[in-house]
Amino acid sequence: MLLSRKFVSDYIDLDNDLTINDIAESMTSVGNEYDYAGNLINASKLVTGQIVECTNHPDSDHLHCCKVNIGSEVLDIVCGAPNAREGIKVIVALDGAVLPGGEIKKGTIRGQVSNGMLCSIAELGLDNKFLKPEDKEGIHELPADTELGVDAIKALGYDDQVIDFELTSNRGDLLSVIGMAYELGAIYNKKVKDIDLSYNSNSENVNNMFNVEVKTDDCSLFLAKKAINVTIKESPDFIKARLIASGIRPINNVVDISNYVMLETGQPLHYYDADRLGNTLVVRNAIEGEKLTTLDSNERVLSNEDIVIADKEKAVGLAGVMGGLSTEVEDDTKNIIIESAIFDPIKIRKTSKKILRSEASNRFEKGLDSKRTYMAIERSCALLEKYADATIVGGLVEYNKADMSDTAINISIDKIKSVLGIEISKEEVISIFDRLGFTTKEENGLVVTVPSRRRDIKIAEDLIEEVGRIYGMDKIIGKLPSLPTIRGTYDKTKRSIKHKMADLGLNETMSYTLIPNSEVHKFTKDVFTEVVLNDPMSEDRDTLRYSLLYSLHEVYKYNKSHNNSDISIFEVGKGFFKDDEGYKEELKLAALMSGEFTIDVHKEKVDFYHIKGIMEELLYFLGYNGRYSLVVDDSIPSELHPGVSASINVNGMNVGIIGKLHPNISKDDVYVMEINLSKLLSIRTGAMKFKEISKYPSIYKDVAFIVDNKVTSKEVEDAIKKAGGRALNTITIFDIYKDIEPGKKSMAYSLTFKDETRTLTEEEVMNTFNNIISEVENKLNAKLRSN
Amino acid sequence: MKEKIDGILAELKSEIDSVKTNQDVTNIKAKYVGKSGYVTELSKLMGSVPNEEKKEVGQMVNALRESVNELIASKEKEINDAILNEKLEKESIDITLPGKKIKRGSLHPMTRITEEFEDLFVSMGYTVFEGPELESDENCFQKLNLPKGHPARDAQDTFYLKDEVENYLLRSQTSTAQVRAMESNTDKGPIRIVCPGKVYRRDEDATHSHQFMQIEGLVIDKNISMADLKGTLEVMMKRVLGEKTEVRFRPSYFPFTEPSVEVDVTCFKCGGKGCALCKQTGWIEVLGAGMVHPNVLSMSGYDPSVYQGFAFGTGMDRMAMFKYAIPDIRTIYGNDIRFIEQFDRKDVD
Repeated sequence: MLLSRKFVSDYIDLDNDLTINDIAESMTSVGNEYDYAGNLINASKLVTGQIVECTNHPDSDHLHCCKVNIGSEVLDIVCGAPNAREGIKVIVALDGAVLPGGEIKKGTIRGQVSNGMLCSIAELGLDNKFLKPEDKEGIHELPADTELGVDAIKALGYDDQVIDFELTSNRGDLLSVIGMAYELGAIYNKKVKDIDLSYNSNSENVNNMFNVEVKTDDCSLFLAKKAINVTIKESPDFIKARLIASGIRPINNVVDISNYVMLETGQPLHYYDADRLGNTLVVRNAIEGEKLTTLDSNERVLSNEDIVIADKEKAVGLAGVMGGLSTEVEDDTKNIIIESAIFDPIKIRKTSKKILRSEASNRFEKGLDSKRTYMAIERSCALLEKYADATIVGGLVEYNKADMSDTAINISIDKIKSVLGIEISKEEVISIFDRLGFTTKEENGLVVTVPSRRRDIKIAEDLIEEVGRIYGMDKIIGKLPSLPTIRGTYDKTKRSIKHKMADLGLNETMSYTLIPNSEVHKFTKDVFTEVVLNDPMSEDRDTLRYSLLYSLHEVYKYNKSHNNSDISIFEVGKGFFKDDEGYKEELKLAALMSGEFTIDVHKEKVDFYHIKGIMEELLYFLGYNGRYSLVVDDSIPSELHPGVSASINVNGMNVGIIGKLHPNISKDDVYVMEINLSKLLSIRTGAMKFKEISKYPSIYKDVAFIVDNKVTSKEVEDAIKKAGGRALNTITIFDIYKDIEPGKKSMAYSLTFKDETRTLTEEEVMNTFNNIISEVENKLNAKLRSN
Repeated sequence: MKEKIDGILAELKSEIDSVKTNQDVTNIKAKYVGKSGYVTELSKLMGSVPNEEKKEVGQMVNALRESVNELIASKEKEINDAILNEKLEKESIDITLPGKKIKRGSLHPMTRITEEFEDLFVSMGYTVFEGPELESDENCFQKLNLPKGHPARDAQDTFYLKDEVENYLLRSQTSTAQVRAMESNTDKGPIRIVCPGKVYRRDEDATHSHQFMQIEGLVIDKNISMADLKGTLEVMMKRVLGEKTEVRFRPSYFPFTEPSVEVDVTCFKCGGKGCALCKQTGWIEVLGAGMVHPNVLSMSGYDPSVYQGFAFGTGMDRMAMFKYAIPDIRTIYGNDIRFIEQFDRKDVD
């Protein structure tokens, strides 16, 4: 909302020594932020002048050499505008003038002295939309009666200041100059002046000329009046200047008056050409598929959510959003019907979102004060009479189902103090309400009557906010709540997983949840229904990820393309899907490793056992030691290398996958894993407890077997464990020697034997050890390797 | 006898300097104090010494043994010291060579800032409350006093799920945690929670990412005021942005709080003097807050005539950008390894 200082000064006397920034800041301190506060035109040293002589430049086919009378002297100025000619009054930028485009300096142009510049409106920095075609092509021509040598900005009526407010959506009342005046009045403790609503009516009654039928609940108030014999012409300068300062393009006096009144009162109006309209106006919901050509010449197809104004046969306007082309006020319009109405804000919002968001729809959406609906139509008549020579027909066409009452709210001073946390007296509170224009009565605390213009105030808390705003929210002194000491908690497991992964040397990433739909079923063999957005920003981000591995692979590819191929990363985040019960989200951990996992000078290429080591460390850390295994089953996705991948099984439950990316997916050696933490952490673990340190010695034995290449380490360990029984304490593989003989490998294990209750005898250990050897030999067709 | 004793000692003294190695020590020990060494042999002669001289000679032999042992031990120590010194000399290293590299991991800056907020609030008795990222329109808007068609919904362009427009969505604000916390608290008693988490909006440029992180705070009890809110936010902002940070309240509007405030902090770049970052105002807007709207309380089963409380919500990405001087939000989610690996050490407390 652009507020013109001149405009608002019609309704409130602001001290002249207040700068526009002071005003803007004081408004901010009561909750109304602004984007810009300053002059409408940011230019200096501009005066009015008249071209008294205009000759062609001797060395140019388009420049003119002008002698320009600026009252005190006559200046030589070279000008290139095609409309520069003797006699016209012009805007002169003097030597040293600062315009939005730069500084003007004396000089010579192709050998001719030029002591300034003749200006167009555009050169003053006015937005393009306000310029008329002639303003765009040449220098601006001032009216013939313009005084010479005076401030040109003032002569144009542009010596105004503006504040561009960013208003909150509850303050629809501030979308009006009068509303702004009330707000400023509360800040500066000044009274708002009355609006002039006086005009003469003729003896006829508009109700005898036409009537209104409201056939929808979406219109609570509809007023109409008729103005006849209007003269369509240009608006007076002050109206044009105020519209421009308020961001609205002047068109003609009648259209400008409807906008001017909307700016003043906040009530949008619509004018129909009465001679192109029938005798009956119908307000109704549109028929599904009904067509209407709006002012902008577009044919709109409507739905029954839209509200239309119609004659007997067809829609002639889209209520609250845009008028129809067929009844538009044009240059030859003589008689007009003025509409001032209130439509359902939500319906207007829906329609305008579909068609056009305008100054009018913005005001309807925020809700209107029915008293202003009446005020606006009266004000409109007053201005049409004054500036469009209109005769106003007597009477008012009126349909009113609106609640016109003011709101009375009961509030206690204690409640105000308790919510704001301040000390404030009853007298101060009453004085604040008085400044806001609310009346108070002492009765069980206070009964505050809020005028209908403040539709945002409905309950006691709204009043408390008003007190806080005017008292000054920033005067509240902070303290900590006095609350009982209780234990705060957070998800320690999730946090410790992240810290463990970082401690293991991986870098944490945080990537986007939204991925392309084509990728959502990759890196998993789970069967699920993915979650898709209704209206994505792009196809790249239309689906919620299920696996995090797509994201990590993208991170890998991004870094690889930036010459970083040593990547060891992890992420903890959610995977999403939908099932019969509804939408589901699961916490997942994914890791990706490739390139070198640098340890000292041994630059070591990452292999499967690196990422498996990370997995084992994590599972150990979380308490799942001895309860997990890697299995090759049908849950391994096709994105993984079939020979270098496995499912991660904990307590017989599949909780994730681990492996190398399939060569079809990545030419590089990239290793990944993903663990469904929601599943994993549902498996309980035991509490950490001290284990008695054994008083009895361990006995160590090493053994090596020669087995077929395809025998797995797990098979050997399982056989050793089976034969080793209770006495066997630990098994550690310490050497693998592939192809020791054709198709065979050697696997060497270091075993420890121990009993927690006594010292084992050498004989006992040798018996067990021999049992182990025969078990492995028999079970796996192994041979003991002799040294 | 005395001559013999003197002779042995003289011989040892003349010989001892030629002892260079431990082997020489062994040899010389054998020669003097071994089984058939000079001193041992001498002792064997004690039988032939007359009784009246025995005491005196015995003392002399013992003194000799002591002297011999002493001389040899001292020599032995000298030799061992030399050997040790040589060994130490040999073992000395270039301590300026680098230590062995252990691979360094890192925690994402958003994880770090989240933990910082969590730790602070947990220390003040808050529970970290984590809600789902997929949310109903009811929880995310309607129960926060934003009914369908409410103009304030414009501020948040929401990602609705397919065929679920105005029904199911990716949460656009962590404020939805207010509803979840109140509804899940079956005894409808006091609440102290913070909810950090990812949120999503249809918006993307240098300062907006379609995915970002917020933290919501909610305190409900019988005597909670705006002053408590301000004090709490002061503690929070000083913790995250530095002890000199000041907090300013400006009235504002949010449908789910009444009264509502925008919260500014003194510009962390210029300290409040005014600079390009704070547009010469000295203040930066960081947060929205207020007293929980009575409608919000009652929609989630709390009696607004008994309970009142404050709520606040802020973008943690901006806090991380402030704290770590990250200029562009897209860097945060870019996951360039050269970016994320920088967050690899303990920060200052």
